Amino acid sequence: MKLLQLSLFVTLSITFTSFSQTSALKSSIERGKEIYTDFCVSCHLPNGKGVERIYPPLTNSDYLKNREASIKAIKFGLQGSIVVNGKKYNSVMTPLGLSDDEIADVMNYISNSWGNKNDKMVTETEVSKIKK
Amino acid sequence: MKQLHTVFSIILISLSACAQQTESEVKAQDPENVNYTTELVVSDINIPWGMAFLPDGSMLITEKAGELIHFKNGTKTLIEGVPEIYVRGQGGFMGIKLHPNYQTNGWIYFSYASAEGEDDGGNTAIMRAKLKDNTLVEKEVLYKASPNSKKGQHFGSRIEFDNEGYLYFSIGERGDRDVNPQDITRDCGKIYRLHEDGRIPTDNPFVNSENAKPAIYSYGHRNPQGLLKNPETGDIWEHEHGPQGGDEINIIQKGKNYGWPVISYGINYNGTSFTDITKKEGMEQPLFYWVPSIAPSGMAFVTSNKYPDWKGNLLVGSLKFEYLERLVLDNRKVIKREKLIEKTGRIRDVVQAPDGYIYVAVEGKGIVKIVPKN
Repeated sequence: MKLLQLSLFVTLSITFTSFSQTSALKSSIERGKEIYTDFCVSCHLPNGKGVERIYPPLTNSDYLKNREASIKAIKFGLQGSIVVNGKKYNSVMTPLGLSDDEIADVMNYISNSWGNKNDKMVTETEVSKIKK
Repeated sequence: MKQLHTVFSIILISLSACAQQTESEVKAQDPENVNYTTELVVSDINIPWGMAFLPDGSMLITEKAGELIHFKNGTKTLIEGVPEIYVRGQGGFMGIKLHPNYQTNGWIYFSYASAEGEDDGGNTAIMRAKLKDNTLVEKEVLYKASPNSKKGQHFGSRIEFDNEGYLYFSIGERGDRDVNPQDITRDCGKIYRLHEDGRIPTDNPFVNSENAKPAIYSYGHRNPQGLLKNPETGDIWEHEHGPQGGDEINIIQKGKNYGWPVISYGINYNGTSFTDITKKEGMEQPLFYWVPSIAPSGMAFVTSNKYPDWKGNLLVGSLKFEYLERLVLDNRKVIKREKLIEKTGRIRDVVQAPDGYIYVAVEGKGIVKIVPKN
C-alpha cells in the first residue's frame, strides 16, 4: 500500500513538474517572440533565415545548438569570423543590452521556432552564469 | 465553379499579402577603375558611431557602448566625464559634431540614448560640452526626447548645423511606428531645430500649434542616421532607414511631413505590406529611395581636391552590404550609384575631414582612410 502511495506521489509530481515546465516554456517563448520582433528581426528576418553571407541563419542552425555560445553572443555581442552550417560569416553583432530573463526568453523563442526544437528550457539563472 | 472561385480567392489573397516592390531605378554598380587604397588609421573599435576632427588634426570617436575616444599621435585616450549612456538595442553613445566656430567657443555636441526621466527605458538626448584636460566640462543637456521606452529600435542620432548657425538633429520613431512619427505632439520620428544653446527658435514651424513639441522642424521620419548640410546650397540633407526596402534621401524643409508610415516604398520584414501608397498630397516624396535597402548610416559630400572624380558626389555608408556608396547627382536626381571599398565591413559613418581625406567608421574595425593613388 505504502509503495503504491509513493509511486502515485512520484508519478503525480513528475507529471506536475513537466506540466509546469511546459507552460513556463510556453510563456517564455511568447515573451521571447516580442523581444525577437524588437531586437533581432531586422537582420535575422521573421523566418529566422537571415541573409546569406551577411546575417547568419537561426533556422536549422548548427551554431544555435551550442547553447553557451549562443547565449554568450546575445549577452555580450559577437565579433569576428564564425562558421554557421558550413558557411563563414564575418561581421559584428552589437551587445543588445538585454537583461538575463529577456535573453532566456529570446533563446527559448529562437530555439523553438521555424522547425527548431529544444525542450530543455533556458532559464534566467543559466544565462546569469555565463560570463564573457 | 465554386472551387475555382476559392482557388482565385486564395491566389488573390496571397498576392496581396506578399507586397510587390519597385526596385530603385538606378542600381549600384561595381567601380570601373579603382584608383584608391584604404589605410586602417585607428584600429580595434567595436562600434565607432561618429567622428569629429579637432583643429590639431586629432580625432574624437564615439563608441556605441559608451566611450568617447580621443585619437592623437597614434594613441587612443578615453575622455572622462561622458554622460551616462543607456545601452540597449540600437541605442548607445552615438552622434558627435563640433560647433562651426569650435576654434573660438570649444563646443562639442553629442547624441546618446539616455534613461533620464520617470519612465522605464530610454530615449535620445542631445548634449553639448567642452573638452578640458581630457575631461568633458560645462555639460548641458539641450534636449531629451520622451517618453522613455524599452524598445530597441530607432534612436536617430545625427547632428548638423546650417549656415545660419541653427542646430539640427534626428530622432527615430523608437519602434512606435503607428504612434509617434505622424503626431507632432509627440517626440520621435522627427528632425529637430534649436539654437546652438538649446533655445527654441521663435520661427520654428510648430511653436504656435497646440501641444506640439516646439523643437520639431519636420516629421514623418522613420530612423534618420544621416544628416548633413549640402555645402553648395546650404540645404540640410537627410537619409533614413526604411523597413525592408524604402530607405530614403530627403532634403529637409520646414514643417514638412515626410510620410512615414502613411507612404513608403518599403514593406514589412515578413513581406506583408503596411501601406498601399507611395504618394500622398501633403507628404514629401524622397529625392531618392533604395529598394532593396542598403541600411544607410553616415553621409558626406565630397568637395576636396583629393578625389577629382568624386567631386560633388554624395557618399553614404551601407551597414547591410558593407560598402560605401557613391551617388552621382544631377540637379537633385541620382543618376549613378557605385560601390566603393567593398567588403570593408559594416559602415557606420563617413566624414570628409579638414585635411580633405575621406574617413570611414567601420564596425568591428575602427577608422579607415581612403587614400587616392598618386
